[in-house]
This record gives sequence, structure tokens and C-alpha cells, in this order.
Amino acid sequence: MHAPSSSRLTPSRVLAAARAYPFSTLLTIGLLYVALWLSWHIVDWAFIAATWQAEDRAGCNPDGACWAFILNRLPQFTFGFYPEAERWRACIVLLAPPALLLLAMAPDFKGRRWVIAGGFIAYPLASLALLSGGWLGLTHVPSDQWGGLLLTMIVGIGAFVLSFPLAILLALARLSKLPALRWLTIGFIDFWRGMPLVAVLFMSVIMLPLFLPPGYEISRLGLALTGLTLYSSAYLAEVIRGGLQSVGRGQTEAALALSFGFWRTQTYIVMPQALRAVLPGIVNSVIALFKDTTYVMIVGLFDLLNIVTAALSDARWLGLATEGYVFVGVIYWLLCFALSHVSSRLEAQQSRVIRQDRVLTGSTQ
Amino acid sequence: MKKHLISALIAASLAAAPALAAEGERVRAIKARGELVCGTSTGTAIGLSTLDETGKWSGLEVDYCRALAAALLGDAAKVKFVPLEFKNAFAALQSGSVDILARGASWTFTRDTEMKFAFIGPYMYDGQSFMVKKSRNVSKIADLGGASICVSAGTTSELNLSDYFRVNNLDFTPIVANSREQNLANLEADRCDAYTNERGGLAASRLGFADPDAYVIFDEIISKEPLSATVKQDDPVFHDIAAWTYYALVNAEELGITSANVTELANSSPNPEVQRLLGKTGDFGTKLGLANDWAVKAIATGGNYGEIFERNLGSGSRVKLSRGLNNLWTKGGLIYAPPVR
Repeated sequence: MHAPSSSRLTPSRVLAAARAYPFSTLLTIGLLYVALWLSWHIVDWAFIAATWQAEDRAGCNPDGACWAFILNRLPQFTFGFYPEAERWRACIVLLAPPALLLLAMAPDFKGRRWVIAGGFIAYPLASLALLSGGWLGLTHVPSDQWGGLLLTMIVGIGAFVLSFPLAILLALARLSKLPALRWLTIGFIDFWRGMPLVAVLFMSVIMLPLFLPPGYEISRLGLALTGLTLYSSAYLAEVIRGGLQSVGRGQTEAALALSFGFWRTQTYIVMPQALRAVLPGIVNSVIALFKDTTYVMIVGLFDLLNIVTAALSDARWLGLATEGYVFVGVIYWLLCFALSHVSSRLEAQQSRVIRQDRVLTGSTQ
Repeated sequence: MKKHLISALIAASLAAAPALAAEGERVRAIKARGELVCGTSTGTAIGLSTLDETGKWSGLEVDYCRALAAALLGDAAKVKFVPLEFKNAFAALQSGSVDILARGASWTFTRDTEMKFAFIGPYMYDGQSFMVKKSRNVSKIADLGGASICVSAGTTSELNLSDYFRVNNLDFTPIVANSREQNLANLEADRCDAYTNERGGLAASRLGFADPDAYVIFDEIISKEPLSATVKQDDPVFHDIAAWTYYALVNAEELGITSANVTELANSSPNPEVQRLLGKTGDFGTKLGLANDWAVKAIATGGNYGEIFERNLGSGSRVKLSRGLNNLWTKGGLIYAPPVR
């Protein structure tokens, strides 16, 4: 039996194939049926029979999703307990990353370098300053009032931006020729990689106060950020070390022979290639870190997931766990999908650059 | 040599740890801070501590903390609620990162003695029971032999369950989950035959089912769960203030003092018991190191014990829990407070 040579589908061809492979045909039809049945039920539940406006659960159609609950609580899910009059500040902080990202991804944009540098260095500091206020007439909002998506973003982005430079230094130190530095770094990395994140956060919030003088307090957000930063820097350092080791030794030796010096060799020659090589690994770590942010509940902060969980116990809306968790899942998926999309764009861009390089070097030879 | 090193380490860590709190130190710390730090649930204890859409806490435990802040600091708003997962709650209290825990914790021997906590007195007498689907046609625990039972991890419920079933020679398979939502979903999807928790919690969570009437809660109780606020044992002054604030709320109900009439009664009541409680006669507030109108402030915050119960769990709420054991001793319940004199 030969497969049909042409790929055009005509009814007679389909019938012939169906007769030739009865089991596959049955399987296909069965799976198609299940897929249709499932998607029909999902669409029916999530849209057709859904209720968008209601005062409590009794006002919702029991056959469909009760999105009224989510809409009713949306400001709280987004901003936590951030005071209503000051929410414009939180809006700026939430909208800046996608705006900066779009700007940085725009083709032929000249200031990309500046946007990326600004996003990396200025954004976390600026957003922390803007959110907490207390200067230029902005009212002070203590960090235990931040919550929901806002807190998730701040903790996720903040911990990444703080841990990235730390991870680069750790990776370099781990490959250093100085034994003391190398062993210290190995100890540091293995310590933080060996501890569960839950234990790290638990120790920071429970054990630390035991050793501080009474009345001395560190903000809970500070504790969570520090814990997450140290934890994820250990993972990132190992990813980056992989990249550093993939760059041939010859390049470093050549650069040193040209009297580039250690830091300039790393900055201009080794690091750009190393980071490019491990971009998927870095994005992987970022996504894992982003999802780890829900552990901040241990130090008593309400991130997106936990503020939704708390809302599920409101006597007005009891029993809407499905809606709540579907909502959280969709938000997390969208954010993580955006991240992986950005990373694949960057990879594509770079492989283009590398190909151009090869063509250029090839033509000059 | 090694021994020396270890003892040196222990000595160093003892020196580094803050000295044991002296009498009244916690109260002084709270007054200096100007804020009471109260550990609550993560907003998941229906009727006890939940969050509304504006981020305001409400519930019986929350109202107690507010009353305590009013008695201690003169302002019910001077309280910070720190959400704690159950598994971290006692450690948080032990470390001193919260002043008081009002988080559905049962008063037990180990917690009182070995863990060195002091309990304020049960604000709710609860007991563990079971919820099953009505369609299963079971109505008593003896019918649950061989059943799979959903239970929350790390709670006294888990221990009570295995104790009771072992003593009564019944088999069971525990299905352990971390959250109430998970347990309820497991019960709804028939992944377990019964869900065990405190009766109050069962009644509240039954409301969340699409068809609450399809579930029954057993009348039998397999445990005593006296839920009480908890403090560290190190400051008896703070313990007294916390306990007598609670007693003030209970005495207020007994004496007919409500949030509506408390200021009026404080000035005009001829009843000597009311006068003593509300600071018209005597210096009972001063004896606690507080202002003499401490009880007025506490009662004005959220009302007396009965008002707080009815608003959060009883007829004024959606949970509609009857008072049962949580009624005053004069009305057949167990709620009783020592006299102010």
C-alpha cells in the first residue's frame, strides 16, 4: 500500500484512507468528538451561560461561570489594599513593563539600549519609590497594603532584576582561579539551592525577629524580596555558568593577549555570547521565579493567588473556587506566555544576527 | 574540644537572643508601637476572619482583636492584622512577630504546656464532625467504617480522626489536602466519602456548594475544639488584659450592655455590676494598667459577645449558625465570665 502522492484532499481519497486505516480513523473521529464536546462545554460554561453582573452568588446562573464575582473584586485582585485615591501610581507601575517591552521590541528603534538599561536599573527603584511615596507630597503607603497582581509583579520583577547582576558575579566567581573565592561561591550557591524556598521565607519571617533587638522591624516585603533574590540568584548563577563555559577558552586567551583585561574581556567578549547561549535557560528561571512569588503568603503578604483564595471565603460569594482559580490561571498563563514569546523573538533576532555575521565573514575571506 | 565548641556556640546564641520578656514588657512594646499586631487566618475562616472587597477584615476573631486594641490603646483602629497560614501561626507567635493569635486554634494540653502558650478562654466551643452527601444514606459515624475521609493537613482534626477511628475499631483512608477548597472539591467529586472538620466550619463551607441541601452534617461530635485566642506565656500582664477584654464582652452580654447603649449605661446605670465594669465605680481599668473606661471602649467597638457572634456567625450572617454551646451559661450554653469585683 502506497501513501497517496498528492496531498490534495478529495472525498474519494479520504474514504480510501479511512478504509485502509480503520483504527486510526476511529481514533480520529473519537478524539474529534471529545474535543468538540469539551470545547462546547467550556464555551457554554465560560461565556454563554455565564453571569457578568450580580450582587452575590444567588444572583448568578448556577449552570454557568459567575464572573460577576471576579469583576466585583477586580480592583482588589489587581491592587490589593492600595488606597483607591492613590491607585494611579499602581497603574503606572503595572503598565510600565509591557510599555517598555513593546518599545524595546519595536524594529529599528534606536534607543533600545537605553530602554533596556532603564527598565533594568531604574524601573524597580522608581516603582518602589513611587508605590511607597512619602516624597514630593505623595502620601506614604506602607508595603503591607500592596497586594494582588501589583505585588506579584513587584516581587517577580524586583527579585529578577536584583538577582541577575548577583548571579553574573556568582557565576564569574565560581569559575575564578582564586580558590577561596571559588569555594565561598560554591558554598553560597549550594546553600541556597539546597534550601526549599518555603524554608527560606519561613526562617526570614520567624527566625529573624528572634535575633533582632525588640521593636526593630524589617518590612515583610523587604524580607520576601531578599529571600527570593538570594534563592533565585543561586539558580540563575548556574544557568549563566553554563553559558560562560560554552564560550571557547581561546577567545578569552586572545582577548587577554590583546591586553583587554579581565572585566573588559568579560563585558565585551565572553558575557554577550554566554548570555545569548543560555537565554532559554534564563527565561525558564524567570518563569519559575515568577510562579514562586505566591510563596510570599508565608511572610503575610497577599499576592494574586492568595488574595483570590481569601475572596473565596466571602460569605456572599462562597463556592466559586473554579472561577477564582481559572481567573488566576489565565492571568499567570498570559504573563508567562508573554515572557516566553519575548524570549523566542529575541532568539530569532539573534540567530539572524549570527547568520549575517557568518555571511559577512564568509564574503571577506 | 568539640564539646567546648558546641557549648560556646550555645552560649553565644543565648547571648544573642533577646532576654526573656519581663512582666508587662509586651504591653509596653504594644503601647510604644501604638499598634496591636493580631495574627489571623489568611482570610479563609468564614465568620471568623475574612476580607471584604474593600480589604476590610471582618469576623468574630477580628472583632475580638479590635475590641482588645480599643481597650489597650483606646482606639479600635490601632490594630494590624497579619494573615498566617495555620502551619506557621504558632511559630509566628513564638517568635513574637505577632502579639496575639486569634486564628481558630484549639486549646490543647501540648500547646498550653510544652509550647508555652497561654490561652485566653474559648470564644467558640466547637467540635469535630463529618459532612457527607445525603445520597449516601449514612447518618452516623459507625456507618463510615472503611470510608475514605477528607481532612486538612497538620490540624488537630487529622489527629482526632485517627484517634477516634482506632479506638472504635473502624478502618478509614485519609485523603489529606491543604485547603478547605481542595477538601470540598474532593468531597463534591466523590474522591472521598466524608469531609471532617469543626461543625462551625462545616456549616459555613456547606453554603459554598451549588446545592447545600444535598449534604448532611452529623450530629455526633468526636472531639472538643475550644477555639481560643492565644498569647505567649511570658507576659502575665498582657494575658490579663487580653482575657479580661474577652470577659468584659461576655459580661456585657449578660448584663444587657450593647454597643448602642454602652455610653448611656456608663453614665446612668444604677446596677453596681455595670458600674464596676464600665468604670463608673472602682478603678478596675487602672488595675490592668489601662484607662478606666477600657471596657466601654471595647464594647462600643463591635458590641458584646452575643452581638459579635450573631453578626458574624449567627442570625445576622449568612452562616446562620445557632448558638448552641456558645450561648450564655444562663441560657444553656457554656459562655461564662468571672465577675468584675
